[in-house]
Amino acid sequence: MSALRILVPVKRVIDYAVKPRVNKAQTGVETAGVKHSMNPFDELSVEESVRIREKKSAPGGVEDICVISAGPAKAQDVLRTAMAMGADRGIHVEVKEGEELEPLSVAKLLKEAVRREKSNVVILGKQSIDDDANQTGQMLAGLLGWSQATQASKVEFGEGDSVSVTREVDGGVETLKAKLPMIITTDLRLNEPRYASLPNIMKAKKKPLEKKTLADFGITTERRLKVLKVTEPPTRQGGGKVEDVGGLVSKLKELGAL
Amino acid sequence: MLLTVPRAALRHSVHRLAPLASKTPSISPAALRRLASTLAILEHREGQLNVGSLSAIAAAKKLGGSIHAFVAGSNVKPVAEEAAKADGVEKIVVVENGAYDKGLPENFAPLLVENIKKGGYTHVIAGHTAFGKNLLPRVAALLDSQQISDITAVENENTFVRPIYAGNAIATVESSDSIKIITIRGTAFPAAELGSGSASVEDGVDPKAESSTEWVSEDLAKSDRPDLATASKVVSGGRGLKSKEEFDKIMLPLADALGAAVGASRAAVDSGYADNSLQVGQTGKVVAPQLYLAVGISGAIQHLAGMKDSKVIAAINKDADAPIFQVADVGLVGDLFEKVPELTEKLKSS
Repeated sequence: MSALRILVPVKRVIDYAVKPRVNKAQTGVETAGVKHSMNPFDELSVEESVRIREKKSAPGGVEDICVISAGPAKAQDVLRTAMAMGADRGIHVEVKEGEELEPLSVAKLLKEAVRREKSNVVILGKQSIDDDANQTGQMLAGLLGWSQATQASKVEFGEGDSVSVTREVDGGVETLKAKLPMIITTDLRLNEPRYASLPNIMKAKKKPLEKKTLADFGITTERRLKVLKVTEPPTRQGGGKVEDVGGLVSKLKELGAL
Repeated sequence: MLLTVPRAALRHSVHRLAPLASKTPSISPAALRRLASTLAILEHREGQLNVGSLSAIAAAKKLGGSIHAFVAGSNVKPVAEEAAKADGVEKIVVVENGAYDKGLPENFAPLLVENIKKGGYTHVIAGHTAFGKNLLPRVAALLDSQQISDITAVENENTFVRPIYAGNAIATVESSDSIKIITIRGTAFPAAELGSGSASVEDGVDPKAESSTEWVSEDLAKSDRPDLATASKVVSGGRGLKSKEEFDKIMLPLADALGAAVGASRAAVDSGYADNSLQVGQTGKVVAPQLYLAVGISGAIQHLAGMKDSKVIAAINKDADAPIFQVADVGLVGDLFEKVPELTEKLKSS
């Protein structure tokens, strides 16, 4: 089996525990001074890559784990976090603050990165928790013409470059079999990402981090979707509390829910 | 309606008119006027039409213009004939080939691309389901189109509304792509009814692309209860249930007394109280039933993302300060192990 050269795209997003606020101009959400972290699904991708190496679950071994992020200067923080979790090196593609790439552009960038890094498996999060698009992995698979296994909850390597992936689908799970090279996107059930230990955070500072521009990959910030406005969702008013089960039933009847 | 279309969009449409008309001379007058021609992707399982996927037709209706529907797999003729009864659909495009039964994107995406090109469609719509999410971005990439995911409303043929940040913000986006690839939130578009429609059923093109992945097996949770995504009532349990045994003992009788589907929070799923497929939230299912009853669920934003469009939300929780009470129309503070069985009894006797 070929040795794995894993590419792991990671995205810096507003921390999942923060409740985002729409800005006054209604052009987006407030990001200044808001805590950002690695997209939770991308943590799963990094963790899975590192486990494949640690558990020696791929017969050909893991030759390289490279993390890549397109984003503002601060995206380097999430690349360092990924390296502290065990990735070997990082590539930062600088994008100006506020000039975020659409999934199709990211997929095109990653296609070029795959070619340069000679990657044979790309592990992405199934979606980023800011845009909630759930597209990049599938688009990349389409552009490369590779097999795809999305929403993976289990990944197993076999002989002869074969990979079986169990994926979460509506109503249960299904198992697919493909051969390298392939694209995998992670679902929450895949693993429990580790915390980076202090010594590993220190070591990660010494790992190589390449800085690139969009032009290096032949990508522009052209947008196909224009955001006309961003608004707050309609707020729900809590209807208050009832004293007992009888009160609950009669209130539900009154609201026409029973 | 037309007046509200931005001038730029109109100009854009005029530019597109010439090539479109010359490519497909048989396009209907209605479609020429509105310029939209939509392919709605239908889902089926073993010859049974997934009625929920008729939501794609409902969304297509909002665009105006002609509507065709697409279905592929083995024994899909009966599925096509059933779908042909949906009002407003002109044609059902059918590809009869067992290679498409499992919806593998490696061969299904080229299949769709060929049929989209042949039909000259301006819009392609599928549900934001496991099938649609897996397939449509691959189709979009092959057509060099930036997909618009999980829309909840159509403003006009170029402009769509979609939730972002787990539903904490609502974005209105305008697409400049000539072919718009869209997935829709099923709960925002009630399924088109199967009525008096009489669409023609025609064979589509089959490029017979090989799939580089092989489907091995599946393990689906079996249940006689209503389907979570489309149920009119949902009862959902969280970490407060404490164990799988308690979850089953407390929640299942309540669901049966109400005729409701069972859902769960991520905490309950992660702790093994309930199956993964029952998870409601940003990373699970999005539901919008008439009644959503949250039991032992605190109401984290990721959970609220999956249920806050429910008509009526009720909550039972022992913590009076739980965030769920801020969105619940009716809340009961108390021990669920005591209150829920009491509620179940009351519902059964009434």
